[in-house]
Amino acid sequence: MPIGYQERPLVPLDVGDRAILRPDQLSGILAALRGRGYTLLGPTVRDAAIIYAEIAGADDLPVGWTDVQSPGSYRLAARPDGAFFGYSVGPHSWKATFHRPEITLWQAERQGDGGFTIHEPAPETSRVALIGVRACELAAIRIQDRVLLDGPFADPHYAARRRDVFVVAVNCTEPGDTCFCASMGTGPGVESGFDLALTEFVTDTEHLFLAEIGSGAGAEVLAEWPVDRATHGQIAAAAARTQAAAQRMGRSVDTRDVKEVLARNLENPRWEETAARCLGCTNCTQVCPTCFCTAVHDLTDLSGRTATRVRQWDSCFDRSFSYVHGGSVRRSGMSRYRQWLTHKMSFWADEFGSLGCVGCGRCITWCPKGIDITAEIAAIRAADPS
Amino acid sequence: MTPARTDPWVPEPISIKRIARESADTATLVLDTSERPGGFAFKPGQFNMLYAFGIGEVPISISGDPSDTGELVHTIRVVGKVTEALTGMAPGSTLGLRGPFGTHWPLEEARGRDVLIVAGGLGLVPLRPAIYEILKNRSAYKRVNIVYGARTPQDILFSNEISEWRGRLDVSLRVTVDSAGSDWFGHVGVVTSLVKLARFDPEATVAMVCGPEIMMRFAVRELETQGIADERIYLSTERNLQCGVGLCGHCQHGNVFVCKDGPVFRYDRLAPFFSKREV
Ligand SMILES: Cc1cc2nc3c(=O)[nH]c(=O)nc-3n(C[C@H](O)[C@H](O)[C@H](O)COP(=O)(O)OP(=O)(O)OC[C@H]3O[C@@H](n4cnc5c(N)ncnc54)[C@H](O)[C@@H]3O)c2cc1C
Ligand code: SF4
Ligand code: SF4
Repeated sequence: MPIGYQERPLVPLDVGDRAILRPDQLSGILAALRGRGYTLLGPTVRDAAIIYAEIAGADDLPVGWTDVQSPGSYRLAARPDGAFFGYSVGPHSWKATFHRPEITLWQAERQGDGGFTIHEPAPETSRVALIGVRACELAAIRIQDRVLLDGPFADPHYAARRRDVFVVAVNCTEPGDTCFCASMGTGPGVESGFDLALTEFVTDTEHLFLAEIGSGAGAEVLAEWPVDRATHGQIAAAAARTQAAAQRMGRSVDTRDVKEVLARNLENPRWEETAARCLGCTNCTQVCPTCFCTAVHDLTDLSGRTATRVRQWDSCFDRSFSYVHGGSVRRSGMSRYRQWLTHKMSFWADEFGSLGCVGCGRCITWCPKGIDITAEIAAIRAADPS
Repeated sequence: MTPARTDPWVPEPISIKRIARESADTATLVLDTSERPGGFAFKPGQFNMLYAFGIGEVPISISGDPSDTGELVHTIRVVGKVTEALTGMAPGSTLGLRGPFGTHWPLEEARGRDVLIVAGGLGLVPLRPAIYEILKNRSAYKRVNIVYGARTPQDILFSNEISEWRGRLDVSLRVTVDSAGSDWFGHVGVVTSLVKLARFDPEATVAMVCGPEIMMRFAVRELETQGIADERIYLSTERNLQCGVGLCGHCQHGNVFVCKDGPVFRYDRLAPFFSKREV
């Protein structure tokens, strides 16, 4: 059923209000964001995947593309309807924007007297507008904020990059086969943490977006356009699309007492069975939007006068991750797979007040062996002796 | 206690005042903190991250007297490249310092109670500042027992101080070694066997334990057998640790971060996974 577009006189819109936009108006809004000095980061097709990169405007979006995902498999497919956001999530997450894969922490310079001085590069700041952020990804950003900003020490590099961000979120209407955000309580609808949130409607006869205003900055950007205020019927239609997506979701996790079930099953034989399939390739930790671990490396130039410390993403699947002199604590693949899953779905809650998984499904899709975190949890639960 | 710098990733250069050999593979470094605003204040049990130029950075407990803020004392055993570089440095040279980080021994809670200190090998290092504090305020504590195990008589750390403490009437100190020649007249055997000999009231004892993980497992079992509740047993644990400030994720041990929730833990916090393999 068409939801209809009708231009009305300019009315001031406020936080919480909803408007109806045509694709050309959405393009205009993206241009307006650039005009305000934001670098646009959004989904775009590259290397046969939908990834996040700098985009010039709406033309760079994956218009008319979708993705087909299953454990260990990801394919792009054309869709005839020209949808802008007709896919779920790809291998990239916004983690790479705020928590960079590699940074230089500082450089030290030898002095004549045998001492040294240390220079710290000013943390890089940026003014970015994220386009097309899903609910699960907003949840992941909130989780990383808690880890990297809210502890006894904040990471100044992450803080600098998080400071000036405009978020154009998208309510999911197209869940993937590996998604399970509905069961994690993190999606598919966005509830907070955005400046604008879009719901896309695309049929043979119309292509419209319902835009919800989440902040003063969002209202300001929208105020530049003569947009149509959404009717109750349109708002209900948008909500229905997101609800339908929740129903269609491929997978789910029973989160009731999952924290306790995993914590009391550290010796469950299932860990060994799964570890026998796991390659230890670290894909799952690289694609996960909440995995935050890093390693530092000390480098020196050839003269030995300048020493640099760099920080890179690390993975608990790496044997050296838990190295103490004499050998690694987690020597077996079993213990490393168990560490990853129990951290996400149990210990994280004690450490940071929520589970560390948002149900985006990336680790399932990008695991070359198709190991499925939802199936693993179900198996442990089924084998739980108590 | 916040470090002097605002960026927790960045060390400050600090110079070495003195360096003394403790044993064949262990040395004590005294760093000059007299020029530092406020000197260097810390609590017994805390650690610093020490950086050897161009080589790397490692967590090292503070082994000196907390009441002396003009110098900072670290005792380091050579096991690899960074510890070798740190102990091989000459007085006057510079290393990088971040800290102090982590939790401390429960000296407040131990007031008015018996204290039982159980150290294995290098585990004596983070306990020494606690011993200094306790001896300085000796009347605040009831019976003080120290049991210490080393590999051989030559590996006994701080031997001058050990003799001094042994000479005190208000401290009961027992030392054992794993193996020794015929010139050793002391105990031979594991440190947990000395716990049985110590006299304390299990209902009113605070135990502080540090040593290799396997030794701590046995020690905890023995302390429990002696009737000390898990809530009054404290351990200092060790994990790979790269940032020291709860950001890098390396030191996770079950549901705790060794760097920010520890390294000193009340045992009941670790109990659910401490004896589990490879957690
Ligand atoms: C809280 C805490 C306090 C400590 N206090 C002391 C002390 O007072 N005196 C002392 O001699 N030792 C102490 N250690 C152990 C000391 O940190 C290691 O012996 C040291 O890191 C080994 O580094 P290396 O380069 O010489 O050895 P290698 O075996 O060459 O290690 C290579 C690298 O692995 C990492 N690594 C190895 N072992 C450890 C470890 N145990 N913890 C963290 N990272 C490690 C380091 O990044 C190191 O550079 C402490 C460890 C912790 C966690
Ligand atoms: S654990 Fe898997 S499903 Fe959960 S947030 Fe990470 S990548 Fe997504
Ligand atoms: S992606 Fe799959 S195979 Fe690779 S480390 Fe993760 S679970 Fe193992």
